[in-house]
Amino acid sequence: MITEALKKKLKEIFGESNFLDSPEHRIAYSYDGTALLGALPDAILIPTNVEQLSRLMKLANEERFAVIPRGSGTGLSGGSIPSENSVIILMNKWDKIIQIDPDNLTAWVEPGVITGRFQSQVESMKFFYPPDPGSSQICTIGGNVAENAGGLRGLKYGVTKNYVLGFEAVMPNGDVMHIGGKNTKDVAGYNLKDVLVGSEGTLCVFTKILLKLIPIPSASKTFLAFYDSIGRAAETVSAIISARIMPAMLEFLDNPTIRAVEDFSHLGMDKNSGAVLLIEVDGPRAVVDEDASAIAQICKSAGAVTVRAATDNAEAARLKAARKSAFAALARIRPTTILEDVTVPRSEVPVMVDFINETAKKHAVQIGTFGHAGDGNLHPTGLTDERDKKEIEKVKEVFRKLFAKAVELGGTITGEHGVGLAKKAFLEELYDSPYIELLKTTKRMLDPNLILNPGKIISVEPRCEGALPRSREQIEKATRNMDNPSEAYF
Amino acid sequence: MTPRIPDDLLTQCMHCGLCLPVCPTYALTGMEKSSPRGRIRLMKSVMEGALPVSHEFAEEMNFCLDCQACETACPAGVKYGELVESARVLVDENRPLTLKKFILRYIVSKRPVLKFVAGLLRVYQISGIEKGVLVLLRKLSSNLYARALLMPRISRRSARATLPETIESQGNSRGTVAVLTGCVMDVFYSDINVDTVEVLVRNNWKVVIPRKQVCCGSLSGHYGDSELPKRLARENIKVFEETGALYYVINSAGCGAFMKGYASLLSDDPEFSQKAARFSSKVLDFSEFLFKTGYEIPQRAIGKKTVYHEACHLVHSQKVSKEPNAIVSQLAGTNICELNESTWCCGSAGIYNIVRYEDAAKLLERKMENIIASGAEIVITGNPGCLAQIDAGIKQRGLPLKVVHPATVLNRLYKSEEI
Ligand SMILES: Cc1cc2nc3c(=O)[nH]c(=O)nc-3n(C[C@H](O)[C@H](O)[C@H](O)COP(=O)(O)OP(=O)(O)OC[C@H]3O[C@@H](n4cnc5c(N)ncnc54)[C@H](O)[C@@H]3O)c2cc1C
Ligand code: SF4
Ligand code: SF4
Repeated sequence: MITEALKKKLKEIFGESNFLDSPEHRIAYSYDGTALLGALPDAILIPTNVEQLSRLMKLANEERFAVIPRGSGTGLSGGSIPSENSVIILMNKWDKIIQIDPDNLTAWVEPGVITGRFQSQVESMKFFYPPDPGSSQICTIGGNVAENAGGLRGLKYGVTKNYVLGFEAVMPNGDVMHIGGKNTKDVAGYNLKDVLVGSEGTLCVFTKILLKLIPIPSASKTFLAFYDSIGRAAETVSAIISARIMPAMLEFLDNPTIRAVEDFSHLGMDKNSGAVLLIEVDGPRAVVDEDASAIAQICKSAGAVTVRAATDNAEAARLKAARKSAFAALARIRPTTILEDVTVPRSEVPVMVDFINETAKKHAVQIGTFGHAGDGNLHPTGLTDERDKKEIEKVKEVFRKLFAKAVELGGTITGEHGVGLAKKAFLEELYDSPYIELLKTTKRMLDPNLILNPGKIISVEPRCEGALPRSREQIEKATRNMDNPSEAYF
Repeated sequence: MTPRIPDDLLTQCMHCGLCLPVCPTYALTGMEKSSPRGRIRLMKSVMEGALPVSHEFAEEMNFCLDCQACETACPAGVKYGELVESARVLVDENRPLTLKKFILRYIVSKRPVLKFVAGLLRVYQISGIEKGVLVLLRKLSSNLYARALLMPRISRRSARATLPETIESQGNSRGTVAVLTGCVMDVFYSDINVDTVEVLVRNNWKVVIPRKQVCCGSLSGHYGDSELPKRLARENIKVFEETGALYYVINSAGCGAFMKGYASLLSDDPEFSQKAARFSSKVLDFSEFLFKTGYEIPQRAIGKKTVYHEACHLVHSQKVSKEPNAIVSQLAGTNICELNESTWCCGSAGIYNIVRYEDAAKLLERKMENIIASGAEIVITGNPGCLAQIDAGIKQRGLPLKVVHPATVLNRLYKSEEI
């Protein structure tokens, strides 16, 4: 617990009105987008400048409390969920687009800028910022950089890290550090930028971010291809890739997901389809036309029942918005949706999809699958009800098998959502120990007192660990259970 | 019985946060507890016993505009409106009598009292006292002055008093429809009721305005009263059923939304549940009715730049959007302009603009900026609250703009009158 004396010090740094600890505020910052996880912070702080953050880190090291950065709380691995003895810092209030530099194709932004807002701002100037997570309407750039978020355009354009040129960050010891710059080439020193991007709020707090922009593609075309069976859709994905065509988007929804999305968005999709692919090609007009007809042809020969092209930009936007609602729409079927994030090499997508469905059937659990098929990133989503503990156990069991299978196929347990709390048990279970040790060493080196978002990704010390202990007693129990990681999960 | 917020409704929220960007109160504060997701979490905590019905909880439930933009945005199908309304019932049971409760319980929902108060207000407005007060307020406090501008003119006579109970159709009758005159509508905007009736009659409908109709119950319902709205609903169901009308045409979005909800309001009532379901299925918004049954297209179009502001209770609660948009586009022809954020709440939200004036004023500011940017000269909207709110915005800024109800527009075009 944060003592009265500490409270006073925090109020001195942040000001009375930027220190919040009413039960209502604490409850409102006890969760993110992840199912089943939650814990209360001791207080919430609204920083207004970098100095405050720097002083906060120093104080945290002295007094040993945890600091949890938070963007919009859409994370799906529990990244911004408080640990025991922690304060939340609200970065969503830092929401200025500082500079868009047309000459160098770059933009400086504050970390709380909403991704979608940034995208439309640069698009109105004929620039393009491709990273496009499904949550773009509300997630923050800071959260995206911290999670190295992917999204719908990952296949052709890469993920967030490919667009981060540099940043200003507050380090766990309170130092303010600058890294990178507007140079397109820069090899001065180790590539630590890529260590910090995707560090899930555990190694530094981003306070200013320099992003790369590219010219906006002059044309694009969006399709929906409907299939009787998932298998044929998966084959289409392989066929498109092996035909040396690189769509901007190659997204996939299975039957339960189609039903749920259709109920929300009323696009007129056939609810009996086994699967649908959402495909977009972009680039110069001539290339787009050529790729588009080739893709339509491939879809048909792979057995698509119908291929439907968006008639205009508005319809294309509606299709993409509907795809982005897939995860939340699945909650129409069962209230608790446990979303996973396995990724396999593209060629293994059909194998993985089959495995997901067989395993779900065998264990009699409901799973809806959608995802970024083009880059092998699938989101099998357990449809369940958190109030049914038995069923939750079954779902957990199925996911364990899916993770193992993904790794066996040469894939990974998270393609874009991060490890956070939700998957740290599996990280240690499935990867080799030198890698795990290197992760731990890195964390210890930068944050020896484990004050910045502790207990996420890797278990460095038995502190703030496990299934989000709320009381001393629970902490002790969780610590004892560290040998059995499955106990620590959920 | 202690009121409860149904657990199934609460669990439906999977906290994805996709509702945050459309929530006006979240836009104002950037704080999670003022977002739909945050409010749902607070409600859950109250139901789990982890949080008492605290002052801060009550504040949050009342800060919410109940605009239901979050419900439209939610892919998971969370029925937020039902949630917040039951949370307000909970708050109401735990609170002493507030000014708001008093206004709703003892003035708005009691017709004789409302009439009496309206009479006083009218005397205040026409006797010149108001003018004096406004001049004085303008000097003393811009804030109070702005508040005073929110008061629309009290209509000279209510439509219910001037119009007969039954009005025959103009040509061959297509059937009978019943019209709700509404409390606020008939006190402040009785002309719109007259316009509504005239448009219906012109389109060959026989119109009944049941004399014994009562307040629809929405204002008190949205503010957490649990019994009064049910009583009013039963009363209206009886009265409207007796008219034998095919449809009940409602020209106030708030009333329409509430009356469409009688079915669920009375679903536990053994005597009334079926009747309520039948009643609700006959309720149509004015624009929805015209779109569905077809209407005579006026000879001339609106001659000025026009935008349509989508009232929350029409677009979010009733999900009625394509119909009024189609009608307004048709009436405005080439003069139709696009209104940015047309579905964003103007801040009126029942009596929100009275009880939470400052917050409402910020939302109004945003709405007015969008309206001005659209270049419009006419704003059309289908709800008395929005009419009053936007009108106050126009007056405060001294803009050369008019805000009108679709019924008024249509009737004036029929009569080739100036809009
Ligand atoms: C409907 C839905 C769809 C989604 N689709 C995708 C998708 O397609 N691709 C994808 O990759 N993800 C997706 N996500 C996951 C999520 O949106 C991303 O992880 C996103 O980057 C989180 O951003 P946020 O601002 O909400 O961050 P939060 O959830 O608040 O935080 C995420 C992590 O970032 C850290 N953090 C936040 N701000 C800072 C900062 N300034 N400095 C340091 N650390 C910080 C936090 O501590 C936490 O560990 C989706 C989520 C939802 C709910
Ligand atoms: S109300 Fe709907 S959109 Fe909002 S967080 Fe809950 S599930 Fe998501
Ligand atoms: S009803 Fe309106 S104000 Fe209330 S939570 Fe939903 S969007 Fe926000």
